[in-house]
Amino acid sequence: MSVELDVFVGNTTIMDKEVYQLWLNGYTVNDAVKVRIEGGVMEECEASAEVLLSDTMDQYRTFQMCERLLHHPAKLANQLLFQIPPDRQAMLIERYYAFDDSFVREVLGKKLSKGTKKDLDDVSTKTGITLKSCRRQFDNFKRVFKVVEELKGPLVENIRQHFLLPDQLARDYAAIVFFANNRFETGKKKLQYLTFQDFAFCAGQLINNWTLGAVGKTNNMMEDMDVDLDKEFLQDLKDLKILITDKDLLDQHKSLVCNALRGKTNVFNEMEANFKNLSRGLVNIAAKLINAKDVRDFFIDLVEKFIEPCRSDKWTSIDMNLYLTHYTNSAHILDTFKHHAVWTRYMGVIKSCILRMYHD
Amino acid sequence: MPGKLKAKIVAGRHLPVMDRASDLTDAFVEVKFGNTTFKTDVYPKSLNPQWNSEWFKFEVDDEDLQDEPLQITVLDHDTYSANDAIGKVYIDIDPLLCSEAATVISGWLPIYDTIHGIRGEINVLVKVDLFNDLNRFRQSSCGVKFFCTTSIPRCYRAVMVHGFVEELVVNEDPEYQWIDRIRTPRASNEARQRLIFLMSGELQRKIGLKVLEMGGNAVVGYLQCFDLEGESGLVVRAIGTACTLEKISTFPATATHPNNSSPSKDMKEPGFGEEAPGVPLSSGPPTPLRAQTFSSFSPSKSYSRQSSSSDTELSLTPKTVGHLCHFCMIPPSPFCVFQEYPFFTLTAFPPGFLLHVGGVESARSVKLLDRIHNPDEPETRDAWWEEIRQEIKSHAKALGCHAVVGYSESTSICEEVCILSASGTAAVLSSRFMQDGPLDTEHRFEEVVSPGCGFCHIPYDELNIPFPAQLTYCYCCRRYKVPDVLFTTIDLPTEANVTGKGCLIQARLCRTKKKAQGEGNATAISSLLPFLEYELHTQLMNKLKLRGMNALFGLRIQISVGETMLLGLASATGVYLTALPSPGGIQIAGKTPSDITYEQHISTMQKKINDTIDKNKELYEINPPEVVEEIIGSPIPEPRQRSRLFRSHSESSDEVSELDLSHGKKDAFVLEIDDTDAVEDIHALLTDSPTPAGFYSCNTEIMPGIQNWTSAIQMFTSVRVFRLNANLTNQGLNKIFSDLCENLLKSLYFKLRSMVPCCLCHLNFTVAIPEDELIQVAVTAVAMSFDKEQPLENGKQSGEKTLIKGKHRPLKAMSGIFPPHLSFLSSLSPSLSLALLLSTASSLEKASPLPEGRSRSLRSNRSYSGSSVAVVKMTPLSFIPGAKIIKYLGIINMFFIRETSSLREEGGVSGFLHTFIAEVFAMVRAHVAALGGNAVVSYSMKECVFMENPNKNQAQCLINVSGDAVIFVRESELESTSVQTQSATTHTSNATL
Repeated sequence: MSVELDVFVGNTTIMDKEVYQLWLNGYTVNDAVKVRIEGGVMEECEASAEVLLSDTMDQYRTFQMCERLLHHPAKLANQLLFQIPPDRQAMLIERYYAFDDSFVREVLGKKLSKGTKKDLDDVSTKTGITLKSCRRQFDNFKRVFKVVEELKGPLVENIRQHFLLPDQLARDYAAIVFFANNRFETGKKKLQYLTFQDFAFCAGQLINNWTLGAVGKTNNMMEDMDVDLDKEFLQDLKDLKILITDKDLLDQHKSLVCNALRGKTNVFNEMEANFKNLSRGLVNIAAKLINAKDVRDFFIDLVEKFIEPCRSDKWTSIDMNLYLTHYTNSAHILDTFKHHAVWTRYMGVIKSCILRMYHD
Repeated sequence: MPGKLKAKIVAGRHLPVMDRASDLTDAFVEVKFGNTTFKTDVYPKSLNPQWNSEWFKFEVDDEDLQDEPLQITVLDHDTYSANDAIGKVYIDIDPLLCSEAATVISGWLPIYDTIHGIRGEINVLVKVDLFNDLNRFRQSSCGVKFFCTTSIPRCYRAVMVHGFVEELVVNEDPEYQWIDRIRTPRASNEARQRLIFLMSGELQRKIGLKVLEMGGNAVVGYLQCFDLEGESGLVVRAIGTACTLEKISTFPATATHPNNSSPSKDMKEPGFGEEAPGVPLSSGPPTPLRAQTFSSFSPSKSYSRQSSSSDTELSLTPKTVGHLCHFCMIPPSPFCVFQEYPFFTLTAFPPGFLLHVGGVESARSVKLLDRIHNPDEPETRDAWWEEIRQEIKSHAKALGCHAVVGYSESTSICEEVCILSASGTAAVLSSRFMQDGPLDTEHRFEEVVSPGCGFCHIPYDELNIPFPAQLTYCYCCRRYKVPDVLFTTIDLPTEANVTGKGCLIQARLCRTKKKAQGEGNATAISSLLPFLEYELHTQLMNKLKLRGMNALFGLRIQISVGETMLLGLASATGVYLTALPSPGGIQIAGKTPSDITYEQHISTMQKKINDTIDKNKELYEINPPEVVEEIIGSPIPEPRQRSRLFRSHSESSDEVSELDLSHGKKDAFVLEIDDTDAVEDIHALLTDSPTPAGFYSCNTEIMPGIQNWTSAIQMFTSVRVFRLNANLTNQGLNKIFSDLCENLLKSLYFKLRSMVPCCLCHLNFTVAIPEDELIQVAVTAVAMSFDKEQPLENGKQSGEKTLIKGKHRPLKAMSGIFPPHLSFLSSLSPSLSLALLLSTASSLEKASPLPEGRSRSLRSNRSYSGSSVAVVKMTPLSFIPGAKIIKYLGIINMFFIRETSSLREEGGVSGFLHTFIAEVFAMVRAHVAALGGNAVVSYSMKECVFMENPNKNQAQCLINVSGDAVIFVRESELESTSVQTQSATTHTSNATL
C-alpha cells in the first residue's frame, strides 16, 4: 500500500520560505523533513510526519519546476505557468542568488570553468555546504558572469537589471565577476583572514576608481568598462617609481611624514624605521600593476609588503589611518613630484583597501 | 450568414528552440476556422517573433460560430522536411457572440502541445462582427448566456425561471478508431481535443435552442459532462436551468438595486415582486414560442416530449394540492407544471422562491454499454436518463413536492458497465414569478413570519408520511411541522436561521466485489448499490449526530465502480438549523449484556462518544437557545412525543423499540454494537480527526457563522492516487479509503496554515478507480481567510441574547441581513461595524444602509476594470469576497489531454500531473485575461482521468474544467463613502419601502 501520486496545485503558487531555504541548501527531502520536524512545525499545526513528507515533496517539486525560470529572473515576471505575487517573486530570486560567504571565499578569483566546478566536492567537504548547494552557487556566479560579459554599461546596474537583484546583492555579484575576470589571488594562506565582504569592499573601490568606467573617459557604454582596469592608468603608475628611486625625494617624503606624525602615535619609532621599506612596498605594487600576473597578486602583495610589517609592529587602525593620510598628502608637497593625479587615484584606493583589510 | 470572425496574430514569445543548429526558431502561424485556413509569414530566427499579421477574416454561419473553435497552430518552418508543429491554441469564440459578454479576445495565450505541454505564448486579437439583424440573431441560439454558477448570477435579476434543459450528443471516440493505430499519439490527442470542443459547442447550441423555445435567454447552473465510454463511444451531455435574466442596468436608479450584492432577503425581495413590473408576468413566457423555426436543427425527442406532457399529473393529484393549500396557500407554480421535468440545477435561490424542502432523493441505474451505432440518434442514452429522471420525479411526488432543486447527474464507467446517477432535493417552489401584485404582497407577509424557517416546514402530508420521520413543531415559528433531520443537495439558504457554525461531513465506504463480465457484473453491482447507499446514509447520520447537528446541505454522493470494488463517498455540510429539534446523542447498545468487560467496553465507548459530542458542540458553537423555548412559552399544541424515537435509519426501520435510551434529555440514536458493521461505524466515527484550530470546512458556498471574509483566497486542486494491496477485506479497504481522505484533508490544512483563520469552502471530492487496486481522489476547493474578530455574531449575539430574549429573534434577523460574503464589513473598524449593526437592528426588517453605499461603489468603479494586470483569481464559489462582480464575460469550458512517453524524466507521475494541472490553470487564467476578465467563478474540475504505464515510461491525463469568466472590482476603496452615507441611507431606504 502506497501513495502512488500526490500533488497539490494552488492558483497562487504556495511556497514555504523555510522549505525553500532547505531546498536551496541542498537538503534531500528526507533530511528536510527531519529538520522541519525538529523545528516544531508539527506541534504548531497538528500535523503528522506523513503530512510533512507530502508537503515537502510537493514543495520541492514546485521549486524544481521554477528553477529554470529562476535562471532568467526576468522570465519569472511574465511567465504564465505559476501565479506568484511580486513580493514572493522577489524573495525567490533573492534567495536563489544568495550565497554562502564561506563558499564564495573558496572560489573568489578563480576561473569559473568546468575544472573549478569539478573541484566543488572538495569545497563542499571543506565548507560543510552540500555539493548541490555549491553547484547552484557556482552556476549562479557563472551565469551572471556570462551574461554581463556580453553587456555594455555599468556592471552593478547591469546585474541588478538583468537578474532583478537587490542593490547589495548586485554589488556582491559585481565583485565576484570582477574578481573572476581579473583572477585575483585570494586563496593563499596569508589571505585567509579576509572575509568575502572585505574583498567585495575592495572590489567596489577598484571598480569605482581604477576601471575605465570610473573616470568617465569612455562614452559610458563601452564593453567591460567596469570589469577591466584602466590600462592607461596602470601605465602611468610606473611614473610613481620616482618616489623610491630618487633618494632625495624619498628622504624628503620621509621627513615630511615623520614631522607630521611625531608625538601623535605610540609606534612612531617603528614607523620611522620602517618608512622606506613600506613606501617601497606600496610604490612597487603600483609600478608592477601593468603586468597581469602582478595584478593577480595585488592583495597578497598588499598584505606581505605593508599590512604584515605594520601588524608585527603593533600599529592600531588609527595609526594606520594617520600614517596613510599623511603619507598620501605629503607627496603632494614634494617639489619635484609631478604625478599628483595618478598618486591621488592610486592612494585613494590603496588607503581604503588597507584600512578595510587591516584587522585580525 | 450572420457573422464575420476576424483574427490577427500579433506576436509570440518564449518559443521553444526548434532548430538545434542555430538555437532559434523560424515560426509561422496557421489560423483555421471550419475549413478555411490562413497563414502568417515566417518570422525567421527568433524565439520572440513579431508577426503583426493582417486581419484574417472568416465569413461563417452562426451555427458554425457556436460549434467550432478558432484553431491557431504555431509551426516551425523547415525548408527541406515537413514543418514541425510547436503547439496549438483553441479559442472558444462563444463569449463574443453574446452582446452582454466580452467584445474582444486579446492577450497572451499559452501555446499548448499534448506531448510537450505549454511551449511559449502567442498574442492574438479576435473579434466577431454579427450582423445587426435582431430577428435573425434571435433565431440562432447565439446570445443565449451560459453560466456555470448555480444561483442567479450576481449582476442579473431573474425575471423568470423556466426550468430544466438537457441535451446529449454522442460520437465515436477517436482514440478507438482504426486510424488510431497508425497515427501518432499527438495526432490522436488533438483529434480528441478538437472533437470534444466541437461536441461541446454543438451541445451548447442545442441547449440554447431549447432555451429560446422556452422563452428564456440564459442557462444557469450549466453542467456539462463527458462520458468516455471507450469502445462504445464518447458522450457529451449537459443539463441546466433555463431562465430569463435581466441585467441590472448600469444607470444609478437600478444600481441601487441590491440584488446582486446582497443575498439578504429583505433587500432582494423587491427585485422579484415590485421592480420588474414591465415584464409580463401573468401569462407564460414573455417571448412567444417559435418552435417551427427550429425544425432544421433536428429537434431531439427530449424536447418534443415537452409539449405532449404538459398535463403532468404531478400537481393535479388532490393530495399535493390539498397539502399545498393547507400550508402556504399558494397553488403549485404553473411554470413548473408545464415542464416534463420540474428540475432545477440551481442550488441557491432568490429569497422567497424556495418554500419548502422535502429531502434528498437519488436514483441510480446500472447499464451495460454497447456501441452507439448511429451518433445522430442517441436514443439509448436519452432513454436511460429519461428513466432515471422519471424516478426522481416520482420520488419528489411521494414527498409531496412538485419540484426538484439542486439537481445533478453523473456517471461512473468501468469497462462496459456504467452507473448512471441522479440526485436532487424535493422542494416546493413559490409561484410568485407568475403572480399579480396583490397576491404577491400577501405572500410577502406570509414569508416575513417565517423567513428563516419556512423552508424547513414539511411539504408532505403529516398523516401520510412516505417514510417514518419524527415531526415536531418548528422551533422558530411554532406553527408548522418540521422533520428531525433534513438532508439536501442545495446550498444553505441565506435567510436560514442557523445556530453555530457548520462543518464538512463525509461518509466513506469501500466494498469489494467479485470480478465478473457483462450481465453478471451489472447484476452484482446493482445488488450491491442499495447496501452501499444505505450504509453511506447511516454513516452520514451518525457523523451528523456526533457533531450535534441536524441538517446536511450540499449533499453529494458519488459512487465509483471498479473491477473488484465499489467506492462510495458522500460529502455534505452539516449545520444546526434552529428550526429543527436538537439531535439526540448516539446510544450504544449491546444485545447481549452478559459479560461485564463487554459492558465496560461499551460504556467507555459511550463516554467517548458523549465527550466528542460535547466537544463538537463547543467547537462549532452549537448552543441552541433552549432557554428561549421556555421563556417565549409559545403554546405547543401537541406535546412532542419523545419516547419512541429510535430508528437506526430513516428509511429502513421496521422495528420500533420501546426502550428509553435517551442521552440526556434529548432523543438518542441507537447503535447496536453486536454486528460488526456497527463496530466499524463507531470506529469510523471516532477516527475522524477534528479540523485543526483556526480551520473550518464546508462543501457549500456559504459557511454559516463566518461572515467577515478578507480578500485572501486560494483556490487549489489536489490529487492523490493510492495503490492497494490485493486481498483486502471490506473493513481493511474502508479504513484505507477513509484514511486516504482524512490524510488528504490534513495535508490541505497543513498547506494552508498560513491563511488561518480560514475556511475551506466548496470542498469538492471526486473519487475514481482508474485501474484495479488504484484509488484516485481529487479535491478542488477554495481557502478563504476571515477576520478573527467577529463583533457581529459572537460577542454581540451572546451579549445581547439575554436582553432581547423575549422579543422576536431580532438577532437572527440581523444575521440574515449580513450574509457571509458581505466581507467589506471587515474593512470597517469593529466599533464602526457594530454601530452599523445596531442601526440596522433598530430599523430592522426592511432597511439596510449597505446597499446604497455599495451601489455607489459600483458607479464610481465602472471606469476601472482592467487595471489589475495579469492576476486572475479562481474560485469554485459564485462570488469573490470583498469584491463585486460587475460583468460576466462568458463560460469557460476547456478540455485538455496531456501525454508523455518520458514519465521518469518529467518527475514521475506526480511531476507529470503537477505540471499538467499548473498548465491547465495557466491556460484558464490566460483565456480569462484575454476576455478582459480578472477572475473565474464557479470553477470546477469536472474530469481528471489519469492513466499510467510506468513500465513503458508513459502516462496520459485528460482534464476538463469549467467556470464563468468575470470582471470584479474591489469594494475596499469605497468604505469611506459607505460609512459616510450609512445613517442617511438608512432613512432613505426606510422611506422608499
